[in-house]
Amino acid sequence: MTLGLINANPVVQAKKERLVRREDQYRDDGVDPLEIYEYVRDIRDPEHPYTLEQLSVLSEESVTVDDKLDRILIMFTPTIQHCSMANIIGLCLRAKLKECLPLHYKVDIRVSPGSHADEVSVNKQLNDKERVAAALENPNLRQLVDECIYSDEI
Amino acid sequence: MDLMEKNLELVEIQKLEGHTDRVWSVAWNPVSSQADGVSPILASCSGDSTVRIWEQSSLSRSWTCKTVLDETHTRTVRSCAWSPSGQLLATASFDGTTGIWKNYGSEFDCISTLEGHENEVKSVSWNASGSHLATCSRDKSVWIWEVLEGNEYDCAAVLTGHTQDVKMVQWHPTMDVLFSCSYDNTIKVWWSEDDDGEYQCVQTLGESNNGHSSTVWSISFNAAGDKMVTCSDDLTLKIWGTDIARMQSGEDYAPWIHLCTLSGYHDRTIYSAHWSRDDIIVSGAGDNAIRLFVESKHDSVDGPSYNLLLKKNKAHENDVNSVQWSPGEGNRLLASASDDGMVKIWQLATKQ
Repeated sequence: MTLGLINANPVVQAKKERLVRREDQYRDDGVDPLEIYEYVRDIRDPEHPYTLEQLSVLSEESVTVDDKLDRILIMFTPTIQHCSMANIIGLCLRAKLKECLPLHYKVDIRVSPGSHADEVSVNKQLNDKERVAAALENPNLRQLVDECIYSDEI
Repeated sequence: MDLMEKNLELVEIQKLEGHTDRVWSVAWNPVSSQADGVSPILASCSGDSTVRIWEQSSLSRSWTCKTVLDETHTRTVRSCAWSPSGQLLATASFDGTTGIWKNYGSEFDCISTLEGHENEVKSVSWNASGSHLATCSRDKSVWIWEVLEGNEYDCAAVLTGHTQDVKMVQWHPTMDVLFSCSYDNTIKVWWSEDDDGEYQCVQTLGESNNGHSSTVWSISFNAAGDKMVTCSDDLTLKIWGTDIARMQSGEDYAPWIHLCTLSGYHDRTIYSAHWSRDDIIVSGAGDNAIRLFVESKHDSVDGPSYNLLLKKNKAHENDVNSVQWSPGEGNRLLASASDDGMVKIWQLATKQ
């Protein structure tokens, strides 16, 4: 089955250099937003052989951390307004972070304001943990998500 | 007895470990938890696809896992409910089926599997007499099943009306009126006027009735059945009431009206709320805390109001998904379930 790609001509940027950061650049007891960004920047887009960073879906500004409340907010920018992959990208972010972060962090994921036609309904679904759990139990979705988050190991 | 005057605290009695994934729901066996000389029994269900049955030893007073119900559901078990007789346990699963288990004391047998929903089953509830049960699903429908002889179950009705995923169903404590709440932000009331099994949606409690502005996760009734509490992703608890005498007289349907909204107490989704026999409302939320509320003594022209009795921070290490008071009289035991994989037993007691 070959359907046309949702966004056949994405704008791709070159992979950014990884800065080597010194240990003392962030608090020991907090989580550095850039550390979280490291976990997610290389997630592969579900449709294209590029990372979410390369497609500008994620950038360093995507992650904000509230250290007092142990909450993390990730805003991502789908490549086009009617991107039907927005939910898959959200699932990939959750699946990846679940592996990397200590249990007690609360993660909220949203599309950047104004970046998607169904912003409210996409945000609602991405933050309904029961829906997320059920989706990640679906073998087909799980396989797609795994391919995106483990792509650098293939 | 004014609870607000007493110096109360929620004491952790025991942490029940065993599940290997988040625990979604807990349910107290209605019979064993009440009768004298019989140990309280609690069921819990999990993302690990199993249900665990916990019992308190009458000798040591400690809780142990009596049995694990596995090999039936192939995916998350989202909720479980005991029949009023305590003889049966229904389990709702993301695998699309509802299991019915018979309680043989130290063993449980899966005697039936209810199929029909198109995708994940989210909740199951028995009516007061145990003659029917209801299930609901992400397929937006609510099913009513009739309990027949010989471990047979018949689909009695498929109720459509919700426009999204239905999160929970709950029968009224004394009457055959069914309530459901949903991702579509509403609560629906289903009633069979002629008692002929033809259920209709007789009321929808939405934003225009002072209803919730986001997903409604849970419904719980007071013992009298004239009030209910609902909780939501909109960070509020809402109290609703009805003219129960009018309803019970059988003349016509008495609508539910909004009485009070408890806002400003929660800053993460509230997943569960439960109304105790002695009128204490407990909530479990996504900030890992358990909160207790009681009605204010001071009468108000605008109707009842509620006060926060106490807040237990870090009740669990992650979201609290389910809270339920034990049905037993006077002991004020509470069970909670969490994303941290634990079930906890608590006691509401006066500070020593």
